Amino acid sequence: MDAEAKTPPAVETHTMMGNEAIARGAWESGVRVAVAYPGTPSTEILENVAKYPQEDIEAQWATNEKVALDVAIGASFAGERAFVAMKHVGLNVALDSLMSQTYIGVNGGLVLAVCDDPGIHSSQNEQDTRLLAELAMVPVLEPGDAQEALDFIRNAFEISERFDTPVIVRSTTRLSHTRSVVRVSERLPASAIGFRENPGKNVMIPAHARARHPLLLERKTALLEYCAGSPLNHWEEGTADYGIITAGISYSYVKEVAPEAHVLKLGITWPVGSEKLRAFCASVKRILVVEELEPVIEQAVRDLGFEVEGKSLFSRVGEFSPRSVRDGLVKAGLLAAQSVSGGMATKPLIRPPVLCSGCPHTSSYMALRAVDARVCGDIGCYTLAVVEPLKAIDVCVAMGSSIGMAVGMSKAGTEKKPIVATIGDSTFLHAGIPPLIDAVYNNADITVMILDNHTTAMTGGQDHAGTGVTLRGEKTARVNFEELVRSIGVQWVRQIDSYNLASMYQTLREAVEYKGVSVLISDRPCVLDPVKIRGEAFLVESESCVACQSCMNLGCPALAWTDEVYDGHHKVGIDPAQCMGCSLCAQICPSNAIQLANLQ
Amino acid sequence: MNRRVPLKADTPAASSAPERPTNVLIVGVGGQGVIMVSKVLASLCQELGYQVKQSEVHGMAKRGGAVFSHVRFGHTVYSPTILEGDADVLVALEWAEGLRWLPYLNQDSGTFIADTQHIVPPFACRNRIRGADSGYSRETVHEVMESVANSFALDALQIATELGVPKAANTVLLGTLSTALEFPVDAWKGVISKFVPPKTVEANTRAFEAGHEWALTFDRETRLKEWQEHTARFSAEIARSDVAVTSTLEITEAWCKGCDICVKFCPERCLAMDERQIAVLTDPDRCTGCRICEWLCPDLAIAVHTPASPVEA
Repeated sequence: MDAEAKTPPAVETHTMMGNEAIARGAWESGVRVAVAYPGTPSTEILENVAKYPQEDIEAQWATNEKVALDVAIGASFAGERAFVAMKHVGLNVALDSLMSQTYIGVNGGLVLAVCDDPGIHSSQNEQDTRLLAELAMVPVLEPGDAQEALDFIRNAFEISERFDTPVIVRSTTRLSHTRSVVRVSERLPASAIGFRENPGKNVMIPAHARARHPLLLERKTALLEYCAGSPLNHWEEGTADYGIITAGISYSYVKEVAPEAHVLKLGITWPVGSEKLRAFCASVKRILVVEELEPVIEQAVRDLGFEVEGKSLFSRVGEFSPRSVRDGLVKAGLLAAQSVSGGMATKPLIRPPVLCSGCPHTSSYMALRAVDARVCGDIGCYTLAVVEPLKAIDVCVAMGSSIGMAVGMSKAGTEKKPIVATIGDSTFLHAGIPPLIDAVYNNADITVMILDNHTTAMTGGQDHAGTGVTLRGEKTARVNFEELVRSIGVQWVRQIDSYNLASMYQTLREAVEYKGVSVLISDRPCVLDPVKIRGEAFLVESESCVACQSCMNLGCPALAWTDEVYDGHHKVGIDPAQCMGCSLCAQICPSNAIQLANLQ
Repeated sequence: MNRRVPLKADTPAASSAPERPTNVLIVGVGGQGVIMVSKVLASLCQELGYQVKQSEVHGMAKRGGAVFSHVRFGHTVYSPTILEGDADVLVALEWAEGLRWLPYLNQDSGTFIADTQHIVPPFACRNRIRGADSGYSRETVHEVMESVANSFALDALQIATELGVPKAANTVLLGTLSTALEFPVDAWKGVISKFVPPKTVEANTRAFEAGHEWALTFDRETRLKEWQEHTARFSAEIARSDVAVTSTLEITEAWCKGCDICVKFCPERCLAMDERQIAVLTDPDRCTGCRICEWLCPDLAIAVHTPASPVEA
């Protein structure tokens, strides 16, 4: 690291995940209000912020990312440092506010931690946040390890207040979920400057906005000057005659496979194009850029008039690894090819993530298969019902899209099957209410299944407005889904127990037969979060099992074939360690072979 | 057993060539405790003064998917992830997961420690053809042990169960891992005691010792022979006589009253009611001849014919 790097005097060290370090950075920066909507890989940031005392910092879940950013903007207006965390696609939701807020600037510092997901480990795309930052002309800081994650958050607040701008700190899945040692410091006092009346700056009507736009361009120029001298962009001399410009986690791969290269590690990846970058480029014979996803740095180097290689060697899609960076350098002729000896060739077992044993969503999709519906899915655990054997989701786009898409399908008038939108409780609150109002308003003939498992399950079980518990675990007002839906004007509403398969089949059949908007609330808490709910385990009486595979259609991970065979087919057994006792398989079994284990 | 020379924390960084970090890859299935095992190792390395990076991907961990965690330690560690073919030790908490990650193991000097436990995913039980077997990995322990020089396949669950602590199977594996890395045994025990519930410290210490002892007394030739015998038995079991038999479905329309029972219960969802409310086989290719419709039809309107029903084993 640069000797001049702004690392506050260390008092102690901890092993931290990238996300924990970001949270620590927010707390140390004297943030007063921190907000987020959960989303992998960013979720743990706010969970960790909530571990700091409430006297220091307000930490809360927002209904969605736009609300989260608006809350943070409000706190910034009020003169306190504010912090908001989200995943990359969350920034799309919040972008409307960001695009205007960037004209306004900040009162208390405002920092957004946005976690990208190169390689799409748990997302619907792998968009690059730097492109949205460029659109909003908001500076981006990219830490490369947990220590920098903490330090860069502190730097980001300084930049935010010095240049009157929101600042994005961009993480990636790999950084967010890597643990390493971090030196920590004390918390800075909160700013407490209070609200500053200034309608020309704070109220974006056309006349004001026109005056603010040129200031954005000036801000960019000032930021580039800052970049030239900032230790965040640091230059490491090597022994080779080529230079690599890199950022974030890619830096660690570069150092791993090419320790001899000259390296310019950019801590600030928007704006790019400072004098330091120009000097680096001029000092080496050959310039390479190693950056995940879009060629943002590469283009900036080219704009400076240098010849540069980047995406021709290192992929524009997916996550990097030491291997892919090495392969690129081999392709460039800078490293000798290494033969990776073959070893034993094995065919990897297909092991997709599945709905858990006891998952209350399973019965909903079994019933949807039975009525042969056209299903508009949404974002959550239940998207896993797209694979065999449930295979009951036809389309899935983005948070809250299911209901709007169902309206469109019904209006298109081509679909013979009943049209059903399935949406989880947290996703419904996030972005499902406006489209449901739209469905009622425009009298669409659709069924909406709200899969209420009382938690935000996919991200690990976070609370939301429908659980009646806050991020800090305190009781609060709870949204009643049935009342909410009725107040919108839905006439046909039923709430049923997700574990009652017969009732599920029957009620869904009635719902799809209803002309107009029908809403079916499938209600059962998630068996894993917030508490593990485990009933008595079931077992298969092998002598009664006719190997019909009906239960295997549930896709339950506790069920698997045994070595016993009936009429050419494997019989089924239940792993007692995995069985949660939901009884769905016992309800389905045509030969009554599945019984409670303790009745034996 | 091929042991690595331990790295020394006090080696000056920049002098001569920097020492290569040690790479341990820990893999398994969501819910097995992969992250816990890797945290123990990372924590131990840190206590002993190494720089450590531990990297994993969350999100699908609870949903039965494949889970992995990279642990790298040494004087200076840059990349949080391990290069393919560069893992010094691969620890697999589940058999097929170990096979998946074998390409990451250093083929010359790497040590493979694998629990022989099978966790069969629902996806592997999807072939409904008569006589079909599960899609679980076919490679036998014997084959893998023959192919990978430093390989240790053990039934950690059984070892832990014999000690009366089935939940400590992961600690048994840590005991085995401890013989592949030259850290003091007491340091291992100290770290483990911090990670397990206080009441189970003693049980976990015994599990650790059992795994450690198992590896120290490991006799490759004897084990190979044992697994070879096991393989022979296993092959006999899976080579069941069943061959693919096509079955035909006969629906006596005059007897069908349109009750819909067969359609609802057909596991392959290949029956439907036609516009006359009579059951029809819509997708003959999917029908496996399981006979559920035949048995459940209250009017005996369905008959399943198999040319030569295989005799039960």
